[in-house]
Amino acid sequence: MRLNYPPNVKIIKVPCTGKVDVIHLLQAFERGADGVYIAGCLEGDCHFLRGNLRARKRVEYTKRLLDEIGIGGERLQMYNMSAAQGPRFAEVAREMTERIMTLGPNPIRAKNRKP
Amino acid sequence: MKSESKLEQILTKGEFAVTSECGPPRGADAEVIRKKGEMLKGFVDGVNVTDNQTSVVRMSSISSCVILKELGLNPIMQMVTRDRNRIAIQSDILGAAALGINNILCLTGDHQKFGDHASAKNVFDMDSIQLVQTVKLMRDEGKFLGGEELKGSPKMFIGAAENPFADPFEIRVPRLAKKVAAGVDFIQTQCIYNLPKFEKWMKLVRDRGLHERVHILGGVTPFKSVGMANYMKKSVPGMDVPDELIERMKAAPKEKKAEEGINICIETIQRLRDIEGIHGVHVMAIEWEEMVSEIVKRAGLFPRPHIES
Amino acid sequence: MIVAERKPLEQISSMIESNSKVLIVGCGECVTVCSAGGKKEVDILASALNMIRIKESKPIEIRQETLERQCDAEYLEQLRGFIGEYEVVISMACGAGVQFMAEKYKNSLVLPALNTKFIGVTEEQGVWSERCHACGDCKLHLTGGVCPIARCSKSLLNGPCGGSANGKCEISPEVVCGWQLIIERLSDLGQLEKYEEIIPINDWSTNRDGGPRKVVREDLRL
Ligand code: SF4
Ligand code: SF4
Repeated sequence: MRLNYPPNVKIIKVPCTGKVDVIHLLQAFERGADGVYIAGCLEGDCHFLRGNLRARKRVEYTKRLLDEIGIGGERLQMYNMSAAQGPRFAEVAREMTERIMTLGPNPIRAKNRKP
Repeated sequence: MKSESKLEQILTKGEFAVTSECGPPRGADAEVIRKKGEMLKGFVDGVNVTDNQTSVVRMSSISSCVILKELGLNPIMQMVTRDRNRIAIQSDILGAAALGINNILCLTGDHQKFGDHASAKNVFDMDSIQLVQTVKLMRDEGKFLGGEELKGSPKMFIGAAENPFADPFEIRVPRLAKKVAAGVDFIQTQCIYNLPKFEKWMKLVRDRGLHERVHILGGVTPFKSVGMANYMKKSVPGMDVPDELIERMKAAPKEKKAEEGINICIETIQRLRDIEGIHGVHVMAIEWEEMVSEIVKRAGLFPRPHIES
Repeated sequence: MIVAERKPLEQISSMIESNSKVLIVGCGECVTVCSAGGKKEVDILASALNMIRIKESKPIEIRQETLERQCDAEYLEQLRGFIGEYEVVISMACGAGVQFMAEKYKNSLVLPALNTKFIGVTEEQGVWSERCHACGDCKLHLTGGVCPIARCSKSLLNGPCGGSANGKCEISPEVVCGWQLIIERLSDLGQLEKYEEIIPINDWSTNRDGGPRKVVREDLRL
């Protein structure tokens, strides 16, 4: 199935969202990402039992850090979907892209751009 | 006599004692205390003066006691261990005795979290039982905690509070036994509403013979309204208010609620008088001091015995 | 272990407002276990401070290190070669570690990144709670193994106070009454008679009241 999702979305694959740590999310922003979202399995469907639930809590924690830093926690979001929900994946990609468009670029990236 | 306290004389003579309570004002106006004192004068054998109760700053207990003393009342100085270390406690005991205060009620005190200075540092150098020991040591052995002798021992009648209804129930009597062992002379209990439970506690007290070693004064507080009864039941930790009393308050006609509260209080006093080992009542009419005289009269406890001082 | 918590980012970043070369040093002991100042937290703090400074157009150079522990001189020595190159050092150790680093590097400004909370345990993953105040004269043999000083809000030695209700402390329904625990333990151990022994007024001179404390073992000294 080929689905269209915005080309600005860069996918990083991990075996389980439980692998995603706070520092990975922060570094994505530090390196200029305008937004990050995590697509985890549906709650209750984690192959490692609680990986996606852990990820959600880390996302919440990182959102607060991003607020403290002044980047804005709304640039980070956790979604849950199953591997069979291709259209949902595309929809989320568009939703996130739209949200970021409204928020504008990551202030770090704007400042960091070498002249 | 261990002390020069009128309360001690009354209790020793086997009279049924009556004490009450008076909270100092949040300001320097002595008139507030005098007014409350005048309402109680002649109707009680001792008046507790609270020590920054619920950790809200008020006029000091010692000075309020002196004001009441000047009116001819017999003040019972409450002292909490929350705000003073052993140096200040012993010094205040000496000072109070020198000013003619000869009753002390030893308390731990509410945590400062409840008050108007929640960021204060607390002291708790000792607890209430150790405070009882301290006063006794100063009075009977003429010594400071540090071991040195003092000149002119404070002749204080030593009291403590006890809550027969608090958790866990199995240690309620052992806890009283600890206070007795520490040397307490009289006990004022938490407000009694659940009489069967109180009687059960008293039976255990008698089984251990504690009632012969300490004067127990049962605490009573009249309900002013249904709201107050409900508040006492639900929001005051360690308070046991049976449903039937709430129902009685509810059933009373609107303009007679306060009267019903007083009736319940008087009935409670009557029942307490019949319990072996109860030597008096402690009437806590919170911000309702004007009712104390009526309660005392209607309970048949007036006039108070005359004691030569 | 010693349990700590990171200070708010804003407070840390305002401490280093005027600096542009910063060394962040974590500690591999207690604060790693309680996820406050180990390697992971050093990485997070560095990344966050870096972003804050880029945002403010005041870029900063940060070096990150995590030592085995900061309360022993031999590990602190590992910083000797380069610490001087940094304007400030942010220590993510407990208060003891921060001070010891400052003592060993007299020319460096060492700042705390954590609020040191208490001596406690991991109650469950992500939850730590207090157990000991380091009173200097342990009384656990008298109280069924539950500390009356750290676990009673008033440090009562002959509790409970009148505020104990349903096993909870008067200060909050979230706080278990230490004396309730003591009584339960004593009764489980069949030692409830111990409750009736009055614990005498405490000698607080072994506590912080006696001034800064020290332990010396002559047999171990070099
Ligand atoms: S008694 Fe003292 S040393 Fe023992 S656990 Fe309590 S505070 Fe710590
Ligand atoms: S309720 Fe329990 S823990 Fe709280 S102060 Fe009283 S005795 Fe201590």
